[in-house]
Amino acid sequence: MCLAIPMLLKERNEFEGVVELDGVSRTVSLMLLPDADVGEHVLIHAGYAIGQVNAEEAAQTLELLREHADNMVDL
Amino acid sequence: MSEAPELRDPRVIAALIGEIASVAETMDRQVVLMEVCGTHTHAVAGAGLRRMLPEGVRLISGPGCPVCVTPVDYLDRALALADLPDTTVCTFGDLMRVPSSLSSLERAHAEGSPIEIVYSPRDALDMARANPKRQVIFLGVGFETTAPTIAAAIAEAETGGVDNFLILPGNKVMPPPMRSLVEDQELKVDGFLLPGHVSVLTGWECFRFLAEDYQVPGAVVGFSPADIMRGVADLLHQVADGRSKISNLYSRVVSPQGNRVAADMVARVFEPVATAWRGFGEIPDSGLGLRPDFAHRDAGLIDVELPPPHEPTGCACGDVLRGVIDPPECPLFAAACRPDSPVGACMVSSEGTCAAWYRHERLTGTAR
Amino acid sequence: MKKNTPRRLLLGHGSGGRLTHELVEGTFLPALNNPILASLTDAAVLPELPPGRPALTTDGFVVDPPIFPGGNLGELSVCGTVNDLAVAGARPLWLTWGLILEEGADGELIAACAAGTASAASEAGVQIVAGDTKVVPRGKGDRIYAVTAGLGVVPPGREISDARIDAGDVVIASGPLGDHGATIMAARHRLDAGSLVSDCAPLNGLIESVFAAGIDIHSMHDPTRGGVLTVCNEVAERSGKRLILSETAIPVRPQVRAVCEVLGLEVLGLACEGRVLAWVHRDQADAALDAFRAHPQGAEAAIFARVEDAAEGAIPVVMETEVGSTRPLDMLSGSDLPRIC
Repeated sequence: MCLAIPMLLKERNEFEGVVELDGVSRTVSLMLLPDADVGEHVLIHAGYAIGQVNAEEAAQTLELLREHADNMVDL
Repeated sequence: MSEAPELRDPRVIAALIGEIASVAETMDRQVVLMEVCGTHTHAVAGAGLRRMLPEGVRLISGPGCPVCVTPVDYLDRALALADLPDTTVCTFGDLMRVPSSLSSLERAHAEGSPIEIVYSPRDALDMARANPKRQVIFLGVGFETTAPTIAAAIAEAETGGVDNFLILPGNKVMPPPMRSLVEDQELKVDGFLLPGHVSVLTGWECFRFLAEDYQVPGAVVGFSPADIMRGVADLLHQVADGRSKISNLYSRVVSPQGNRVAADMVARVFEPVATAWRGFGEIPDSGLGLRPDFAHRDAGLIDVELPPPHEPTGCACGDVLRGVIDPPECPLFAAACRPDSPVGACMVSSEGTCAAWYRHERLTGTAR
Repeated sequence: MKKNTPRRLLLGHGSGGRLTHELVEGTFLPALNNPILASLTDAAVLPELPPGRPALTTDGFVVDPPIFPGGNLGELSVCGTVNDLAVAGARPLWLTWGLILEEGADGELIAACAAGTASAASEAGVQIVAGDTKVVPRGKGDRIYAVTAGLGVVPPGREISDARIDAGDVVIASGPLGDHGATIMAARHRLDAGSLVSDCAPLNGLIESVFAAGIDIHSMHDPTRGGVLTVCNEVAERSGKRLILSETAIPVRPQVRAVCEVLGLEVLGLACEGRVLAWVHRDQADAALDAFRAHPQGAEAAIFARVEDAAEGAIPVVMETEVGSTRPLDMLSGSDLPRIC
């Protein structure tokens, strides 16, 4: 259920935006995410932006994973 | 780059497996964890994660694929609507092969019924705009993630005066069937991997009842191998320590309350209704029906003739969806029921439990 | 040529009468110009074949949209048939070109496809020596369908067969996989795939250059419909051997991966129209890779799989996943449909 992909919001007008992932872009509706800013990563599902990617939280998750991997090497 | 390489790094996965194995060793019994999201089913199978887990941890799939839980009479109705004059039925690709009582959307399409696959409800709305003399009916299936997109398309049709855009309401919400799962005496699930993208919309707090009312732990996780394995490790720790809480391990997109704009949009267009789930029967307040204000967009109110609903005999989809049996325990699995000739809905969607099992874990040693 | 191309196709353009003649002489002959075709006789009478075994193939082409980034249905109709001959080890020589057009189809579309056919034929060094045009009533077809047949010759001493595939072989992909399929799916579902274009191209030049480098290719296939998944499963079944793919070694462009992620498609199920998969013994792996990469069309060639003996009951095609596990790879059941769920 619920395939959703983080994509970069490249441009926007009032209701729509253009999102991009690895050189592939599409016009999507911003009706469900009216406050999204250009330059942010947003989650896209069925042609709609449905959520923002919190860059700080993402960085923390990755940091945690890197620590995991490093601990592994130490063992 | 959609996701950071750390999320698929074999070293990260190996570390998490090590952690999982060391906790599993301390347990005197097998721990059963259930994911309830088809995209999790798919991700687990795609990376081969299940076979990396130690013997003491069993990961099963619950009612996570909307295709699998959509009852046969919904498809019967969709097919009857496609036979109406000047009507086009639009659907996500997922539903095309689901068997109806007598046929399927794919077969009806081959026989000339005007059925179009779309990526977005908005594509169906645009089709309605471009063909003002035709009635365009969108098959509204999916869970909390998808419902707001359909509500938004309806709102857009209202403001744009696109009168020929209708939907056949079939959206479902997750908490009610999960409550029925944890109340099921047959089912022994020690913890849930909770659906990450549903939670983007609903917020993770809507799953607190699992821990608070039933003492079953849950972890909201994303869809990369590392996300999923982190969830398994978290749940295992909770089970081993006798704790139960809802962990939000997908905090990069999931908040406690979710997307309020989307929730308002859904509340404006839809209202909770009782709906039938394949394998569960009717569950109160588990579906979304159009509010009376939008009755003119409700293709479910159009009078059509339906065949008597026919569920295939011997099909154990219901037990598979409730996690009571594994697909190979169904008498039809891989014999009468295969991805190219599905009998039950769980074999239809590539995310259906049976299809995923057939594809990825069918043969010796991998099915467990 | 352009001034003679009709604006819209009429049923009469397939009647065999004056309109058909105008279409053939005004649009097709100038594009596909060669003396054998220009004779417009009932059958093309060909020169004697060069030494070797004749190879004959046929294929039908239906694609929506008929013009896509990187090619059109005309080019596809030549490349598909040329490539089917080339992967059998044959040197393609002559093609026939049959068209089924829909009444009302845009004349410019037909002319563009004719031009695509001509340029692909010229690139492949083959001649279109016979043709046919039919027009079906509006609604009975989708603008333009093409059917081609191709005749080539396998030179003496060349043996391309799945029976020669053996444990110890490696599999080379001549370039990134799925470009064509991803391009088409992107166009159908309103994705702008940017610089991504179809890989549609004749492969005979590339393949001949690899033979010329002294590489003993055991078998070859072009992963068209059903993609690598279908080819690998068919080969495993026919050869009785087991194929093990390495996920991290499979060449796939980031844009193709992105299209698949957004639409929920299987990368390895996407069609290619200008890629070849070649089986060679591992002792020749480096030399073969060098030979592929020495040709412009093979610059991004990669080894992505190996062949093992198959134990009783073993899964025939397996992928070693990026995270260090394995999973079986089955053929797609029917066409891959975009999913959201």
